[in-house]
Amino acid sequence: MTLLELRDLAVTYRGETGDVPAVRGVSLGLEAGEALGVAGESGSGKSTLAMSLLRLLPRNASVSGEILLDGEDVLTMSWGRLRAVRWASASLVFQGAQHALNPVRRIGDQIAEPLRVHGMATGAEARRRVTELLEQVGLPAWRARGYPHELSGGQRQRVMIAMALACSPRLIVADEPTTALDVMIQAQVLSLIRSLIAEHGIGLIMISHDLSVLASTCDRLAVMYAGRVVESGPSREVFTGGRHPYSRALAEAFPTVGDPASRMAPKGLGGDPPDPAHLPTGCSFHPRCPVSLVSCASEPVELRVAGDGTGAPHTAACVHVSEESR
Amino acid sequence: MTLLEARDVRVEFASRGRRARAVDGVNLAVGEGEIVALVGESGCGKTTLARTLLGLERPTSGSVHYGGVPLAYSSRALRAHRREVQLVLQDPTGSLNPRHTVYEAVAEGPRIHRLPGEGDLVASALSRAGLRPPERFFDRHPHELSGGQRQRVVIAGALALEPRVLVADEPVASLDASVRGEILALLLRLRAELGLSALVVTHDLGLAWNIADRVAVMYLGRIVESGPVERILTSPSHPYTQALLSVLPESRSPVVLGGEPPDPTRIPAGCRFHPRCQVLASGAAAEAGVDGLCASGELPVLPSSAGSQVACHHAEARSARHEAEPETERL
Ligand SMILES: Nc1ncnc2c1ncn2[C@@H]1O[C@H](COP(=O)(O)OP(=O)(O)OP(=O)(O)O)[C@@H](O)[C@H]1O
Ligand SMILES: Nc1ncnc2c1ncn2[C@@H]1O[C@H](COP(=O)(O)OP(=O)(O)O)[C@@H](O)[C@H]1O
Ligand code: SF4
Ligand code: SF4
Ligand SMILES: [Mg+2]
Ligand SMILES: [Mg+2]
Repeated sequence: MTLLELRDLAVTYRGETGDVPAVRGVSLGLEAGEALGVAGESGSGKSTLAMSLLRLLPRNASVSGEILLDGEDVLTMSWGRLRAVRWASASLVFQGAQHALNPVRRIGDQIAEPLRVHGMATGAEARRRVTELLEQVGLPAWRARGYPHELSGGQRQRVMIAMALACSPRLIVADEPTTALDVMIQAQVLSLIRSLIAEHGIGLIMISHDLSVLASTCDRLAVMYAGRVVESGPSREVFTGGRHPYSRALAEAFPTVGDPASRMAPKGLGGDPPDPAHLPTGCSFHPRCPVSLVSCASEPVELRVAGDGTGAPHTAACVHVSEESR
Repeated sequence: MTLLEARDVRVEFASRGRRARAVDGVNLAVGEGEIVALVGESGCGKTTLARTLLGLERPTSGSVHYGGVPLAYSSRALRAHRREVQLVLQDPTGSLNPRHTVYEAVAEGPRIHRLPGEGDLVASALSRAGLRPPERFFDRHPHELSGGQRQRVVIAGALALEPRVLVADEPVASLDASVRGEILALLLRLRAELGLSALVVTHDLGLAWNIADRVAVMYLGRIVESGPVERILTSPSHPYTQALLSVLPESRSPVVLGGEPPDPTRIPAGCRFHPRCQVLASGAAAEAGVDGLCASGELPVLPSSAGSQVACHHAEARSARHEAEPETERL
């Protein structure tokens, strides 16, 4: 069975000054042992999507669609059932999580917390499990007795990953797990995440605005723009042969060192990100699109088949992707 | 011609009763119209060195020169220096006052320096920074701007004083992928149009590849390798530079260095990189007979010349052998 399946997920934040549709109809699937990368610029709805998966959204958010975790809809679960699912079946590594640790509690106690809540281990057994988890994320056992301020950013992110792993969940959602970290530490955390997925067959959803990082870690990529998935497919295809102009702009933003084409030629995308409260008509990307047609301003475009049809599914939402050209 | 230069600069801080050698002997020059990238991992001393070049930090020893003249630390001399050498900060949201309009933010420098024609300076700085027409942005507040526009306002604030050198500390690290390229292109255009020089501080090697002429790689307070970008980033000689390049996402065989960023209060003897060096660990340094030197042989402080240079016993031994037996080496 598919580990996670989203069907037409939509999230709208209700506000005094009007509604903000942050996620507008997203459908995605994830198998066990698979890694899916979700890319997009700030405000495109990535974190909203992540939080919705475990119903962690603030009260002013209204959600529709289906979120099937092992076939069971998270949105209609009882609170009791939801509590059992959180951490045990699926856990979340938050954006800016390095700052989310409790400064006055020992690291070991914080890692053991989900174990305690779920009655999975206590006392000496919990301590043994904490040691094991610290080891898995490459930290020495004595760190359990320490406090978060004694750790660097990269080490704190490892502690968050250890916590997420505590109850052996089948799905981990990591929101910008390496964005604030420096290159070498980012590499350490990414290789840790990669090996954990490979060894434990965990399903991973990783969120970032850096397409090159996602492409190197994930099997498949979904690119979000203004609350929608505008392209999805195998990582390599989306990263090096994106069919949506926005995916291409994101991919070009991070040059390959050594590539003569990008030497002294930084590439960006003009214009400003859309305001979700006042979205452009038609294709939401049209005001910034270098290859837009007249029709793009009025006619919305749904996802279309974009791959050659032989390999894994690849779709993109752009008029230039015509069904015949595949 | 060299415009801004650090000569054998050391900067030390007292840290929990110990001495932190944040910058521990650095020569670095930025030529006229040149863009130099200073790269290295978090905590290696990049920002401290940049602040020292701006006169915001006083070197413990060594000196900063501008136009060949050593920097004096009287408040008048510093004020003059900061007109010529301007800082562009890391995080545009943090460096703009939320209550100030764009006009006020950009006019701050000209006011402090009591420059005539403030309105024109602000307008031309904004349009140079790509905010056009400038009048449309005068009355806006930071929260009414996108991240990229805020970074442009910060750059305009620096340009308003018509400096000759920009020192930019992680100018795009907090920006989205899509605006990043736009801001980098702006730095290149300012160089082309105004002949501006820049020192760009970053841990992002792609940024160096995108805009810099020269790159200096810093490790634990020292520059361990420097030279033209094409050369250093495509055939690095220092094991640390090699490791940094190897962990880029597109690389096939990453050398992920273990451990945490090193501690400037405990700089190792010999080569300061030796406890983490993959070349030493693999036995390659021993094969070349330099492993003893790695652990205890002091390395010289690299000069600030423009050519490629590296501070590594193994790289030195290899190039010496290369010179001695050019034929066999080339096979
Ligand atoms: N005022 C200070 N007092 C004590 N130590 C300091 C001070 N400023 C910097 N340091 C230390 O000096 C070293 C270099 O710091 P610096 O800010 O220059 O690093 P950096 O290379 O800019 O790092 P990053 O990439 O994280 O910005 C660090 O170990 C830092 O903790
Ligand atoms: N609690 C909230 N209330 C109202 N609007 C919100 C809230 N959280 C996020 N938003 C808005 O929803 C949109 C998507 O936000 P987010 O999911 O955080 O994007 P991303 O993670 O891709 O940067 C943005 O316009 C953001 O301002
Ligand atoms: S549908 Fe039109 S505006 Fe949208 S991405 Fe394609 S060409 Fe551009
Ligand atoms: S001197 Fe030795 S330890 Fe230092 S970088 Fe070179 S090979 Fe490695
Ligand atoms: Mg987010
Ligand atoms: Mg810094």
